[in-house]
Amino acid sequence: MITAGIDVGAKWVKVVLLRDGEIIGRGRELTGFEQKESASKALAAALQEAELQETHIDRTVATGAGRNDAPGNPIELTEVTAAAIGAVHVDGSARTVIDVGAEEGRAVRTSEDGKVVDFAVNEKCAAGSGAFTEAMARALETPVEQIGALSLESSQAIPMNAQCAVFAESEVVSLLHAKTPKADIARAVHDAIANRIVSMARKVGINEEVVVIGGVARNVGFIDSVERELELKVKVPEDPEYVSALGAALHAANTEA
Amino acid sequence: MGEQEYWRWTEHRHHEESINPKDGEIVAAGIDVGSVSSQAVIMVDSQLYAFSSMRTGSDSPESASKALAWALEGTDLSTEDLDCVVGTGYGRVNIPFADKAITEIACHARGGNFMYGPSVRTILDMGGQDCKIIRCDEKGKVGAFLMNDKCAAGTGRGMEVFADLLAVPIEQVGELSFEVDEEPDPVSSTCVVFAKSEATGLMRQGWPKSKVLAAYCSAMAHRVVTLIERLGIEKEFAITGGIAKNPGVVKRLEQELGVEALKPRHDTQIAGALGGALFATALVKKGKGRKKK
Repeated sequence: MITAGIDVGAKWVKVVLLRDGEIIGRGRELTGFEQKESASKALAAALQEAELQETHIDRTVATGAGRNDAPGNPIELTEVTAAAIGAVHVDGSARTVIDVGAEEGRAVRTSEDGKVVDFAVNEKCAAGSGAFTEAMARALETPVEQIGALSLESSQAIPMNAQCAVFAESEVVSLLHAKTPKADIARAVHDAIANRIVSMARKVGINEEVVVIGGVARNVGFIDSVERELELKVKVPEDPEYVSALGAALHAANTEA
Repeated sequence: MGEQEYWRWTEHRHHEESINPKDGEIVAAGIDVGSVSSQAVIMVDSQLYAFSSMRTGSDSPESASKALAWALEGTDLSTEDLDCVVGTGYGRVNIPFADKAITEIACHARGGNFMYGPSVRTILDMGGQDCKIIRCDEKGKVGAFLMNDKCAAGTGRGMEVFADLLAVPIEQVGELSFEVDEEPDPVSSTCVVFAKSEATGLMRQGWPKSKVLAAYCSAMAHRVVTLIERLGIEKEFAITGGIAKNPGVVKRLEQELGVEALKPRHDTQIAGALGGALFATALVKKGKGRKKK
């Protein structure tokens, strides 16, 4: 049986193709403004990797904020459920899942079979999402891919007063003017977002293992700050941005038609 | 052209030629160092004599002395003529030459009372990085207040971001937002960062700038109305701060509230500094001004 999981996120569309539970193809595409087109392109890329045609897909499940624009008349699945299924699949011991994407952050407590026990979501405010680190990277004039490594070079914790990404941007500029080392500012940025994400995770309950997924999980500075805030080590799966698409594809495989 | 800063509102100063400050008994100053703008107001015997309004720099004490120096420029007064200086605003504790620091809530209520008269009971101050709703009595004394200083939605800074995004000079945003055939739905994102992406998407769909601005102004108005309704509104109602100059927000806010705001007689951005100068005047009357040579 061949299933497709399509995660139409605010920034990227991710697609995972499964044959009997094994990944046979993946694809991704910047969401941009033509969401529908991007979703089709990401699917085409995954199909190409799997050397398959769209007609070979038995069932498709779509998740993500733009899931209604996913191709192939899919079954829809919430991001929370997709994250839980995906995370427990890649790491059987996952009980608290932290998922930070471009414009949303969420924390999910799961049962051992990947069912959602409790969850919290922030989709209203950029301060708890990847958009925050992107805005701060811009202010620091550092590529967002490098801001994580930069913050690991920090030698001291400095506080960020602003919560709002717009105000924090001005604060970063002021700190730069005051000749604060960029590494310390980068750490302050990650401490700030980690603080907000962790307080959301505490609401649903921290049960080990804590697994962090979503594109922002690639940011080593953010992970470092989360671990410091939680006072425990967290796990980051390989290719954390595909975990929810994988969850969707797994759900497709386990759903009765 | 690409370098134009559309958010950059005009800094300005003014002094009243008809007043001769040397005839006055009490010369008092109020300085409001906000997160985005700084103002200095000079009052002579409780009359508004001179003021300045400029952008706050990275250094609070320097912004305060610059604003004061600019307000005094071209007048016959110098800093030695001041009987008392009160500092207010977010940078108030950082004004070395101020005799006293008073909260911006108290100063806005007092300044609003002077600006709009004793009938004002509710003052909405829409500042650069915060938004306050203040209830006050006929003397401009604060009853209760609510404040949002955590989030850029509903603040001047948020509007600056939008002016820049759409490449529309900030002073023209309000007027332009009415150049629509039909009022669009407000942008759905509260967060300024997300509203920006939303607006970019709307532009891609072919919305004219005016329509995007209409959608943003009404979202901002709605956001502020929610804050106002939490405290409750009592007439008369007045608006201070920079956004009070933006009819795109003010008119939509009045419409949603079903209450008209009083028309300002002075520059709405100086309300806080004006309140500071009034407090300074009162201090001198109580004999608590500075000792002059």
